[in-house]
Amino acid sequence: MNGKLKQLIIGITAATALAYAGASQAIDITGAGATFPYPIYAKWAEAYKAQTGIGMNYQSIGSGGGIKQITAKTVDFGASDMPLKPDELEKNGLMQFPTVVGGVVPVINVAGIGAGTLKLDGTTLANIYLGKITKWNDPALVALNKDIKLPDENITVVHRSDGSGTSFIFTNYLSKVSAEWKSTIGESTAVSWKTGIGGKGNEGVAANVQRMKNTIGYVEYAYALQNKMNFVQMKNHDGQFVKPDENSFRAAAAGAQWDKAPGFYKILTNEAGKESWPISGATFVLMHKTQEKPETGKEVLKFFDWAYDKGEKLAVNLDYVPLPENVVKLIRAEWKAQIKNTSGTPLMK
Amino acid sequence: MPTMFLREAHLKRQTVFDLLFRSLTRVSAVAVLVLLAAIIVSLIMGSMPAIRAFGFGFLTSSEWDPVKEKFGAVIPIVGTLVTSAIALLIAIPVSFGIAIFLTELSPRILRRPLGVAIELLAGIPSIIYGMWGLFVFAPLFADHIEPWLSNHLGTMSYIGPLFSGPPMGIGILTASIILSIMIIPFIASVMRDVFEVVPTLLKESAYGLGATTWEVLWNVVLPYTKVGVAGGIMLGLGRALGETMAVTFVIGNAHELGHSLLMPGNSISSALANEFTEAYGELYTASLIELGLILFFITFVVLSIARYMLYKLGQREGQTT
Amino acid sequence: MLTLYTRRRIINAIGLGISILAMLFGLFWLCWILWTLLGHGLPAMAPVVFEQMTPPPGSSGGLLNAIAGSLMMTLVGTLIGTPIGILAGTYLAEFGQRGWLAPVTRFINDVLLSAPSIVIGLFVYESYVVHVKHFSGWAGALALSIIVIPVVIRTTENMLRLVPTTLREAAAALGAPQWKIINFITLRAARAGIITGVMLAIARISGETAPLLFTALNNQFWSSNMDQPMANLPVVIFQFAMSPYEDWQKLAWAGALLITLSVLTLNILARVLFRQKAASH
Repeated sequence: MNGKLKQLIIGITAATALAYAGASQAIDITGAGATFPYPIYAKWAEAYKAQTGIGMNYQSIGSGGGIKQITAKTVDFGASDMPLKPDELEKNGLMQFPTVVGGVVPVINVAGIGAGTLKLDGTTLANIYLGKITKWNDPALVALNKDIKLPDENITVVHRSDGSGTSFIFTNYLSKVSAEWKSTIGESTAVSWKTGIGGKGNEGVAANVQRMKNTIGYVEYAYALQNKMNFVQMKNHDGQFVKPDENSFRAAAAGAQWDKAPGFYKILTNEAGKESWPISGATFVLMHKTQEKPETGKEVLKFFDWAYDKGEKLAVNLDYVPLPENVVKLIRAEWKAQIKNTSGTPLMK
Repeated sequence: MPTMFLREAHLKRQTVFDLLFRSLTRVSAVAVLVLLAAIIVSLIMGSMPAIRAFGFGFLTSSEWDPVKEKFGAVIPIVGTLVTSAIALLIAIPVSFGIAIFLTELSPRILRRPLGVAIELLAGIPSIIYGMWGLFVFAPLFADHIEPWLSNHLGTMSYIGPLFSGPPMGIGILTASIILSIMIIPFIASVMRDVFEVVPTLLKESAYGLGATTWEVLWNVVLPYTKVGVAGGIMLGLGRALGETMAVTFVIGNAHELGHSLLMPGNSISSALANEFTEAYGELYTASLIELGLILFFITFVVLSIARYMLYKLGQREGQTT
Repeated sequence: MLTLYTRRRIINAIGLGISILAMLFGLFWLCWILWTLLGHGLPAMAPVVFEQMTPPPGSSGGLLNAIAGSLMMTLVGTLIGTPIGILAGTYLAEFGQRGWLAPVTRFINDVLLSAPSIVIGLFVYESYVVHVKHFSGWAGALALSIIVIPVVIRTTENMLRLVPTTLREAAAALGAPQWKIINFITLRAARAGIITGVMLAIARISGETAPLLFTALNNQFWSSNMDQPMANLPVVIFQFAMSPYEDWQKLAWAGALLITLSVLTLNILARVLFRQKAASH
């Protein structure tokens, strides 16, 4: 017994020693927040570590969590799909910048409607989610889809049940195109839905739409692709019908006037441009303007600097859309102007 | 003389050691008290903004609108209570059966392995229940069982509305069933343990009067152990109320009070897990934390009752033996 | 016409038949869940799971850092929680006959025993992480230790109470002071039972997700520094299972199988140990 106990103690001591052994290593950075960019940040982090030896550890705890954590300074940067308004940034001494663009895609499961053929506009989509349009052969839908024979079936609406950045982008779009939506429901990561059933995560929404008939739901682009779901065409700000793909997301990002958006407060919904997908959105990184640990802050900036330069291909492979060159230029300028150490010297030259 | 002196010093030292050791254990016990107090205080502090904003209205409002920052706890509270109640409804008879099997029917050799197997159900991490529930159980439930339920039970006059609605696989009923599987081992093993404390003398007397096994169980064992059985049920209920991950995956998290068990609903713990990470804004976060506080309170009450019942049984045991 | 006797026999048969069905019902779920886990998890099991770090989608990788992190935090959590638990349990069993402290502690302990684990995670976040301003393995271990303590207290007290009083009296008659009696006689006699309790506690914490997300966070890379965010299996499983990428989902199932198997092994081990002890008495 004593022998065993001794062994145990030795083992424990060794393990504790091991725990301390790792203490001295290169500066690692920690970020947390939005779930949407988690895969691409992980991908970038792997490649960056292989090149520089610096580990960037990003964890998806949700956009709300990301904002909370950066405010509490428990992480080196936060991430959110929902940009903070300029006054909120000011209040917390934060700056934000977009990293990649993605889109939210309405998906349907209706027998007889081929993939990518159904056409919708913003008002109709809002009315479906408001519960005002309840039939697939509603006159509003028929008017948009003269060439499709729409079934006389009830529409089953599916939405996210958990709080999510995807819901934020979706409800933000509906608020922009429907006054009634804006006044009765509004935009947020979680809203008080008027109709429909919930699914947990993109996964849950996708599963519900696929399992039930005559459904409509909304998911991130990557989910729609991976699950080969039937997406719809949307009428955009310029009155054109567009399909969700890399080009239409890129068009939305390029058409946006980032330079006129203080604090990069820009939600890429209902953007102008012939090819723009109307329910697009960038995901954002949040940092403190005054860096108490300038070395770490600098590493964060260097990481995203690298990602803008070298990360494009990796992003495209995972169905994300990189930011246009002019936006990246703006971001780099903002870094120089805004992120400083405690004595006021900019971290990036 | 010196030896005398030494012995006295030795004794004195031992008294000091005794005192030290006793204080050490005492301090640890106090630490547990402090810990719980600290948890409750931190919950109260965290939920202060919501308490200030809504007061008691929080407990009676069924609104949950993050946009307009209006929050009420009725739906998650009802969801927690309903899922736990249904889970108990399923788990109690099953656990009773299992306990009977393990104490009276099982061949001796199988008794132990089967008992362990049932207890293993409690050892499976709850995230596994969640994944299995979402990816395996829910689709099967939606395709095969729910259509049957709404076709047969859904057309009946009183309970019909409870089983109406589209088959989605996730919802109150699914969550309840998975919860019941998770609490069966708790209730069953307490039942088995208390069944085993029934004095053989009592049972033998009943058998001697010609009672069947079932009659012995129903008329002798159960009445004798009913307080302990109730305590075990309460323990299971405590676990069901607080269960997070498994429920989160399958309950659907809808803030509406549906009349159908097939519709998605919400429970306190699943609302916390589903929304806490995405919650932004002081009031929203505080409301979620207040939900946690309410859950703590409910658990507290349930366990008080459970403890009281088990304590009563302990007293009776003392009298009869 | 059924005679009373036949009717009683029939009721008996039905009742007992139902109890057999109940047993099968319980076993059915266990088998189904294990079957699912094996079905999804085994194909994903490969040496690479134990050799490489958690990957981004599209790269090869394993769960090594998560396994190591989980082991370390579980170890430290157990090391913090066990002594406190054993001491407090000892107090309840040996010194707690008089006064209010013991009954109150016993009750509070049982409340803690079934407190929702997400609440414990939030508590450690508010009281530790926010103050030191970073997520860390220590915070994770702390949260886990809070879950360990009540389990160990409960089993320690129960086991100490099983030790016959005559043993204590014999030691006291030989002139042993109380601290020696407890440490070298009673606790030693109850050793097997207490180890069982500790093992059950380890089983309980090794699958916890909710208390780790806001304390240890997680880590994509090898993380052996307890003062940094630390990789752990439950959070990895949760994140990967809900992702659209097939390779991540596969790893999630592999991790799920791994956790379940080790927890079940621990459970069985604990029971075998306890049985040996019971048999020797």
